[in-house]
Amino acid sequence: MQTRLIPRLDIKSNNLIKGVHLEGLRVIGDPRVYARQYYANGADEILYVDAVASLYGRNTLHDLIRDTAKNVFVPMTVAGGIRSVEDVREVLYAGADKIGINTAAIKRPLLIKEVALKFGSQCMVLSIEAKRTSSKSWEAYTDSGRERTGKDVVEWAQTGVELGAGEILLTSIDQEGTRKGFDIELVRAVTSVVDVPVISSGGMGTVEHLLQVVKYGQTDGVAIADLLHYDRMTLKEIRELALMGGLELRKI
Amino acid sequence: MSRSVSIIDYGSNNLYSISHALEVNGANVKFARTPEEIRQADRLVIPGVGAFPEGKQNLVDNGMFDELLAYAEKERPLLGICLGMQLLATRSFEFGNTTGLNLIPGQVEIIPDKAVDGARLKRPHIGWAKIYLIQNTSCGSTIFTGVPIGSEFYMIHSFHVVPENKIHLLAVAKYGGHNLTAAIQSGYVMGCQFHPEKSGECGIQVLNQFLNL
Repeated sequence: MQTRLIPRLDIKSNNLIKGVHLEGLRVIGDPRVYARQYYANGADEILYVDAVASLYGRNTLHDLIRDTAKNVFVPMTVAGGIRSVEDVREVLYAGADKIGINTAAIKRPLLIKEVALKFGSQCMVLSIEAKRTSSKSWEAYTDSGRERTGKDVVEWAQTGVELGAGEILLTSIDQEGTRKGFDIELVRAVTSVVDVPVISSGGMGTVEHLLQVVKYGQTDGVAIADLLHYDRMTLKEIRELALMGGLELRKI
Repeated sequence: MSRSVSIIDYGSNNLYSISHALEVNGANVKFARTPEEIRQADRLVIPGVGAFPEGKQNLVDNGMFDELLAYAEKERPLLGICLGMQLLATRSFEFGNTTGLNLIPGQVEIIPDKAVDGARLKRPHIGWAKIYLIQNTSCGSTIFTGVPIGSEFYMIHSFHVVPENKIHLLAVAKYGGHNLTAAIQSGYVMGCQFHPEKSGECGIQVLNQFLNL
């Protein structure tokens, strides 16, 4: 099936930032400029993550979403600090198409159902931050990888989908910012228990990593940050090489 | 021919993107929030994301359901997008059995969860899909006129419209070897399952075509 290439932009105080292992943030630039560039370069979707939403108690990206929607005509997923059905409504109203929820869903899983019933499952992305605890298990974290939850990632993914999540955004805390490849076992563990699309985030350094996580992880898309923001590769290059590697992607 | 278009506002979320995508085509965009505003529209878009029963209920609660039927009788252009397209059908089986506008006879059914070769298909179907036009000479100009062959559009759905009469099937997308309905048309009533406002440049072109009809 088709693989989607999704630039992931983590935002703090209106800046595009990048961190390693979700610590040590570095300001990269104006997210609007980057989003437009990625759109022009063939991004299949755009993912915005409000990296400090937990500090403010809410998502603060509304203006950014609206500005982006002015000239970026691909779907936008927005995550970070979304705590209620009303928060979802505001973010969708600003121009987003899908919302990602992590912390608030772990605290109150029924929120997933409420959002899915109100706005549709396809809009309700369950965002999971996973840290490896053994060779075959992972624990879910919240608050940008700072708080442990004691929840098993694979079980939580299943529960989330049963409650109505239409897609999963799966971030590997271990691989994030390393450019050493995805945690393929993590991805495979989740894709083998849910039938909704799963987007893998964390660790992409080469196109070979992409080929592996699609073939063995059965992922439906990848969220790419470091590789793009630091201009190591362009979306065009990634797409061309992935197509040559035998993957199915949108042809532009 | 004016390029004025009204977008139905019935509580269905992101109106900003579709209104903006129409504006970049030089359209004069209005929002239709009352039956009167529907009556006065030159051209109408029914957007929509979410579940069919809720969408239909919102149309009814806003007094728009019957007004849309009256509008369609006047043979002015009407484009349903995503859930908006599904609402054009006779009935939907999402969360039960709910009747729709019945402007294009057909049923809204769940998409397959297995490819023709038996492999698992993820659901919802999320991603870009190439659109295949069904040869349909009765349609004349369509929203795809002038759009390059092989163009891909963004789809995100678990249900699709199966028209009763194949002559209303305008385009399909392939998923696991199955044909999923991507667009339908009956006279001036049209629907697209994909999101033209989220399908990059070719999506903008489709909307431009709609404004030309």
